[in-house]
Amino acid sequence: MKLITAVVKPHRLDEIKEALQAFGVHGLTVTEASGYGRQRGHTEVYRGAEYTVDLVPKIRIEVLAEDEDVEQLLEVVVKAARTGKIGDGKVWSVPVETAVRVRTGERGPDAL
Amino acid sequence: MPPGITLAADAPQLSAANTGFMLICSALVMLMTPALAFFYGGMVRVKSTLNMLMMSFISLGIVTILWVLYGFSIAFGSDHGSLFGWSSEYVGLSDIGITQLWPGYTIPVYVFAVFQLMFAIITPALISGALADRVKFTAWTLFIALWVTIVYFPVAHWVWGDGGWAFDLGVIDFAGGTAVHINAGAAALGVILVIGKRVGFKKDPMRPHSLPLVMLGAGLLWFGWFGFNAGSWLGNDDGVGAVMFLNTQVATAAAMLAWLAYEKIRHGAFTTLGAASGAVAGLVAITPSGGAVSPLGAIAVGAIAGVLCAMAVGLKYRFGYDDSLDVVGVHLVGGVAGSLLVGLFATGGVQSDAKGLFYGGGLDQLGKQAAGVFGVLAYSLVVSAVLAFLIDRTMGMRVPEDDEVSGIDQVEHAETAYDYAGAGGGTSTRSTGPSLAGREPAAAPNKKVDA
Repeated sequence: MKLITAVVKPHRLDEIKEALQAFGVHGLTVTEASGYGRQRGHTEVYRGAEYTVDLVPKIRIEVLAEDEDVEQLLEVVVKAARTGKIGDGKVWSVPVETAVRVRTGERGPDAL
Repeated sequence: MPPGITLAADAPQLSAANTGFMLICSALVMLMTPALAFFYGGMVRVKSTLNMLMMSFISLGIVTILWVLYGFSIAFGSDHGSLFGWSSEYVGLSDIGITQLWPGYTIPVYVFAVFQLMFAIITPALISGALADRVKFTAWTLFIALWVTIVYFPVAHWVWGDGGWAFDLGVIDFAGGTAVHINAGAAALGVILVIGKRVGFKKDPMRPHSLPLVMLGAGLLWFGWFGFNAGSWLGNDDGVGAVMFLNTQVATAAAMLAWLAYEKIRHGAFTTLGAASGAVAGLVAITPSGGAVSPLGAIAVGAIAGVLCAMAVGLKYRFGYDDSLDVVGVHLVGGVAGSLLVGLFATGGVQSDAKGLFYGGGLDQLGKQAAGVFGVLAYSLVVSAVLAFLIDRTMGMRVPEDDEVSGIDQVEHAETAYDYAGAGGGTSTRSTGPSLAGREPAAAPNKKVDA
């Protein structure tokens, strides 16, 4: 089992959600986040005084997936998140030891 | 303020139309002080919003009372040495008949007194923008009381009072470029040179916390300014007030566009703060000049002031004085620009027959304007600095550094401007209250929110 995490542009959320649903993903978690990559935020001007705002708004999407689906899911998320412009974000996966469905106590793949 | 309108051979009669007009104008000018509070309040950080609002609002309390007690008498009483006025019947405003007319005009003394009161209120409030985030509220209230007494009331007499030196010299200041804006801007500079910079000036980000509030304030200032400017002719019998109204609109529009154009070229964006600031710069600049120039002249006055003020707001970073919200850059520079431009653009056809350089009047009027500008500027700068120094040495002008950093609102007003703790519902926790009926509201986490 793996945890797929995507930190992406907020306006891509709907596309990513729909693409994941089409793939058959049942649930996901979305968090508002902020950060920067190579683009290093943006500049704001107040009466000529310039402020560099490093942290830009992002969303963080988390999905639990079975091992054999991970490669395809990464593809799905990347395709839906991509705009081709700088600041599109990152997607990664990490191994997960256990998952438990709170309502029933089911474990492992059954809990997904 | 204009010399007396001569209506007819007979003495002026009370005019219901002018009196009603002036009462409405007075109410419009009153609105400018809370409008200024929002204009300034949006520009500071979250942690000092309330203090900024209060520094303007308190002027409505203090100056009103002092005006009744002795302010009106100093500003508009009988002249003493061209420097200040004093008439015992104006002390306490109690020995005035309700239909007694302001000499030479068609409105009651009470109407004139209430209109001028609103100018006296907003002028010290203007200064507060330079002092954001760092001044003890008690010290500020004392400063206002002393400043209006020693600076504003006499300067109003110089510029508008019968016998005042600037008035007698022929300085044109229709609605207060000299008495209000240069006076407040110079005072702001004097005080900040004494009290010093905000903690973190030029190091920490000090972005405005709410540009919508700034825009609301600027819009209401623009609206109120019609009372400020068009009302300053004290009547409506000859159309001069209407010229002033039109020129106010025209110059403000030109200044906003000029500021935005400068900003786009210099910094790459048309900013909201630039639009609001440009509008205020135009309003300031047309205040002394609007009765003397044509609508085309008003475009020139506005555009010149818009660019000059946009350039001037950067000076504080270069020279290292911390004029928090650019009172010097907008009000002093805008006021000086508008007052001097009278010497160039006065047509001689509206408020007075004095002509500026571009209308064949030579340098005469420009010289008079310069005398008024620099006389008021120097007096206000020096006396305000001395007042700030004395207050600083006795009761202390600034809050402790720790309090400034954590936020002046909590220390001085025991409040915070916004409570975001409940936004979005938050997380639920089990109530520890004894019963439903006696249950206290769940304690909000005491979280400080800062921009």
